[in-house]
Amino acid sequence: MATFTLPKNSTIGTGKTYAAEPGAKNVKSFKIYRFDPDTGENPRYDTYEIDLDKCGPMVLDALIKIKNEVDTTLTFRRSCREGICGSCAMNIDGMNTLACLKPIEDVKKDVRVTPLPHMPVVKDLVPDLTHIYAQLRSVEPWLKSDTPAPPDEERRQSKEERAKLDGLWECILCFCCSTACPSYWWNGDRYLGPAVLLQAYRWIADSRDEYAGERLDNLEDPFRLYRCHTIMNCTATCPKGLNPAKAIGKIKELMIERQG
Amino acid sequence: MALTNNARDATMMGRRTDGTVIRRPLSPHLQVYDMLQITSGLSISHRITGSIWAGGLLFMVWWLVAAAAGPGPFATAQWFFSSFLGMLMLFGLSAAAWYHTLAGIRHLMWDAGYGYDLPTTHRTGRAVLIGTGVLTVLTWLIVIIAWG
Repeated sequence: MATFTLPKNSTIGTGKTYAAEPGAKNVKSFKIYRFDPDTGENPRYDTYEIDLDKCGPMVLDALIKIKNEVDTTLTFRRSCREGICGSCAMNIDGMNTLACLKPIEDVKKDVRVTPLPHMPVVKDLVPDLTHIYAQLRSVEPWLKSDTPAPPDEERRQSKEERAKLDGLWECILCFCCSTACPSYWWNGDRYLGPAVLLQAYRWIADSRDEYAGERLDNLEDPFRLYRCHTIMNCTATCPKGLNPAKAIGKIKELMIERQG
Repeated sequence: MALTNNARDATMMGRRTDGTVIRRPLSPHLQVYDMLQITSGLSISHRITGSIWAGGLLFMVWWLVAAAAGPGPFATAQWFFSSFLGMLMLFGLSAAAWYHTLAGIRHLMWDAGYGYDLPTTHRTGRAVLIGTGVLTVLTWLIVIIAWG
């Protein structure tokens, strides 16, 4: 059921402002979502004024600088700092993206940073991904085949068969797309969302996989697949430039085709 | 009150450092997301114009029923539709109808497997907006020339 407002315990107050060091010339304000489960208080926005002359170019650089030098309690996930691990997915300036790939200079005004939208918040910028991982598990994202693999070589694919996986295998499961999708916001308990459906199609489209029919059977459901209304927020926000909406469209086409 | 309503809601349950249970906050969605971008903006507009058109059809039915009922009721309907408010409503309805039609064609195009890439999505989106403006103005020019 769609609820457009935030629950009472989730409304966001105003917190502290950490002023820039005196003498800083190139100052940018970062308005960051904070939530500490131990205080019993509602979430708040803390504002950190950062001297960009002493900070790396990306939003993640600023977050790390804040944690190292200003406020060690700031909590966020990060690892590779080069857009391949998907850990630092968050909402920056109204769009979901990876903090490590988002240049600070792309944001004109204050940089507002919040966790991935419409998710349970563990602490600060860390959302609970348990449910979305369980959904990923439900599409069995691995090769399923009754034919045994050749004894002394890999399962072969033609170049054309392999090309069908381009634009699918690159997904790093950061879940920027799923949490950008209004359909996933309102129906995410049963709708699988763009990231998981792209993974589902990645195995349906794989020439080595022999369970495409069963995979489609599993998705033939008013909620799991068909809550996609081609809103296209997923494709617009994907930090890897992939197209989950197109993958979902392909699944829908296959559903029609097999009806004959 | 039950702590959870569905599978996703179960992950709303968290614990403090001392182990006591809390209900986690929900991260902001509509409150922070850029909803006016051409993707979600046009999508919700498609629904809204569809609803407006469905509601507006009731007024069209009133018009037809009034015409069938006789000169008295028809004059009342005519008085309403030719009032400023009535004209404004008709103008809005025509714009909603054109928008919903054009955006509907865009959705048919997607369902047929075309136009999913982002540049095309933005281009067709702008085409829908411009097309709505042009066709609405054209519609009213024809109406004014025919009955003006």
